[in-house]
Amino acid sequence: MNQPASAYFMEERHDPIETHTLSVLVQNEPGVLARVIGLFSGRGYNIESLTVSETENQKHVSRITIVTTGTPMVIEQIKHQLDRMIPVYRVVDMTLTGRSIERELAMVKLRGTGEHRVEALRLAEAFRARVIDATIESFVFEITGNSAKINQFIDLMRPLGLVEVSRTGVAAIVRGPEGM
Amino acid sequence: MSDTSHDPNQMTGAAMIVRALIDHGVQHIFGYPGGAVLPIYDELFQQSDVEHILVRHEQGAGHAAEGYARSTGKPGVVLVTSGPGATNMVTPLADALMDSIPLVCITGQVPTHLIGNDAFQECDTVGITRPCTKHNWLVRDVNDLAKVLHEAFYVASSGRPGPVVVDVPKDVQFATGTYHPPRKSDVHLSYTPRLKGDAGQIRKAVALLASARRPVIYSGGGVVNSGPEASRLLRELVEVTGFPITSTLMGLGAYPASGKNWLGMLGMHGTYEANMAMHDCDVMLCVGARFDDRITGRTDAFSPNSKKIHIDIDPSSINKNIRVDVPIIGDCANVLGDLLQVFKAEAKRPDIKPWWQEVAKWRARNSLSYKKNSDIILPQYAIERLFEMTRGRDTYITTEVGQHQMWAAQFFGFEEPHRWMTSGGLGTMGYGLPAAVGVQVAHPNSLVIDIAGDASVQMTMQEMSTAIQYELPIKIFILNNQYMGMVRQWQQLLHGNRLSHTYSEALPDFVKLADAFGCVGIRATKPGDLDGAIQEMIDVRRPVLFDCRVAALENCFPMIPSGKAHNEMLLPAEANDEATAAAFAGGKALV
Repeated sequence: MNQPASAYFMEERHDPIETHTLSVLVQNEPGVLARVIGLFSGRGYNIESLTVSETENQKHVSRITIVTTGTPMVIEQIKHQLDRMIPVYRVVDMTLTGRSIERELAMVKLRGTGEHRVEALRLAEAFRARVIDATIESFVFEITGNSAKINQFIDLMRPLGLVEVSRTGVAAIVRGPEGM
Repeated sequence: MSDTSHDPNQMTGAAMIVRALIDHGVQHIFGYPGGAVLPIYDELFQQSDVEHILVRHEQGAGHAAEGYARSTGKPGVVLVTSGPGATNMVTPLADALMDSIPLVCITGQVPTHLIGNDAFQECDTVGITRPCTKHNWLVRDVNDLAKVLHEAFYVASSGRPGPVVVDVPKDVQFATGTYHPPRKSDVHLSYTPRLKGDAGQIRKAVALLASARRPVIYSGGGVVNSGPEASRLLRELVEVTGFPITSTLMGLGAYPASGKNWLGMLGMHGTYEANMAMHDCDVMLCVGARFDDRITGRTDAFSPNSKKIHIDIDPSSINKNIRVDVPIIGDCANVLGDLLQVFKAEAKRPDIKPWWQEVAKWRARNSLSYKKNSDIILPQYAIERLFEMTRGRDTYITTEVGQHQMWAAQFFGFEEPHRWMTSGGLGTMGYGLPAAVGVQVAHPNSLVIDIAGDASVQMTMQEMSTAIQYELPIKIFILNNQYMGMVRQWQQLLHGNRLSHTYSEALPDFVKLADAFGCVGIRATKPGDLDGAIQEMIDVRRPVLFDCRVAALENCFPMIPSGKAHNEMLLPAEANDEATAAAFAGGKALV
């Protein structure tokens, strides 16, 4: 027994950490995002990425996509805790469906001249990134893809004069005809 | 009421609030006035359907409403002002959330145009109370108010019950709009608590129960919250199966303490037989409890060889701390009813005679024993006498938090649900006295006793004044050991007996204090005087502060030391210095 003297039972669990993408349909009303975020901070869960926007205007329904990490037990808790919130309609674990498509959009600003500029354009083409702004000494690229692809693109841009990146976070949807 | 047109549903926001209370059958509310709720107080003044109980501090209102709710099964209602009124309610809201108590708290807010301006007595009430409520609302339009109020009552009392806050800016209280009576469409479409358990899961559970050789039923506050039918069904299930049953602190009374299958409470200060049965069982049926850390001890050694069935209305309680084999999501009464039906139709009561023989051996260890003393009152003895002398009476018990709370749970036998009001989850010192006020408001002719500690009771002592004002004859039975006993116990066990700030220096003279409040003060210092003094307390139809001077250094056993499993309990007979030192590894100098 090596735990410090405590009125609580100290235990460490060493379950593997998993990454899951959750889609949460919520009633779009004041404070709903604060509830969701507060749940994560209050209970010590992780948010790797979060996107939110109204998706069904007439019904005031918003879709929140959260990428989170945790042990399988924690992931299960997160889903239940989200699901029991009053304005939450549904929680779907996109990762568990095995058929989810995940995309995010990034805008990547580069500054440079000469060889770097040419190389950046060449790479952008390979990654299907579009130029959406240009000056004689800079570019802004728009790139869409899964997070890994975007990470890779940003890594490649770094030595070529990367200035800044703005990313939307992950949006996800399940393949096939059914909705969530 | 201040109608401005011929349409009887046209009224001010303040009038709507009172009207909604009436429509929801609310007879009593607990509150404290202030600038941002004056229009509502004005409406209250002009009617007589809802009685307002004026407390001395908003926290008192919250706990009183909790006591009211727990003893009646109806939601407790609180009305407080903005800013400090709302922040003082945070503790009761958090308390009610942890213990699943239905509360509807209406807070005043500064006028809409001042929100965000740091106005006088402004605070972000919905922001502050968001994590300590089941749900909350800020109402910006008077025409939304009726809908929100009706939904608030529904959310508070349906599914897993809990506290809700409706924050109403002052201009919304003044504004006129259209009221409507409660209707189904007032509730979020996204809120659909599940009541009925899955039939397949219930079949699996019955199969497990029927095949059990060493079963135990572990019930909790969910059974009490579900209503009297759940307790009745739980008793029937015990009768039909013949299984032993234990309960959490919150669930006491759902199964009677005098029942032959009763093992006593389980957990950190539970009985040896209850904890051993939990540890050694092969099938565990958990009904409306949540495997809290005070129950499980170290989770990796918790009941290692059992199949676990878990009935709970809240899916997030499932697999939170302990992985279970057969989860059943639904209301306790609903699921127990179905489960009993299937059991009676398809299963046979298993032979568990050898298991009961084992239980008998554990019982024989007599884990609640204590050394009798004829000179000083032992706290255990005081509770035993209190229990004996109130037997057969219509009694409600509330407690504060600490050693006295555990002794009350161990030594006071509860025969019925809704008779035991204690702060289990949050562990709020100061809960018991105001809770007793609330219980007594709901049950004016019953005997309501707050089993208190000298430290806890001072946290909300001001509510004695409320009891006097409304002639509520609550009995505050203080086990006075001049210490914050439970904290001291941990200091003795874990922190080398360095009693850092746990001695109650400068205690008030509780008898004189009683006099100052205008209630009755009684003191008992000798075991021989105790019965007479308790009788006097029971007989007097006025509020009583009872100063029961008990052994100062008595500690609460049995006990599961931290980091230990259920089968590693420390029993009172063995709790000498060496055994205690060994049990609490770290081996620091002890008592």
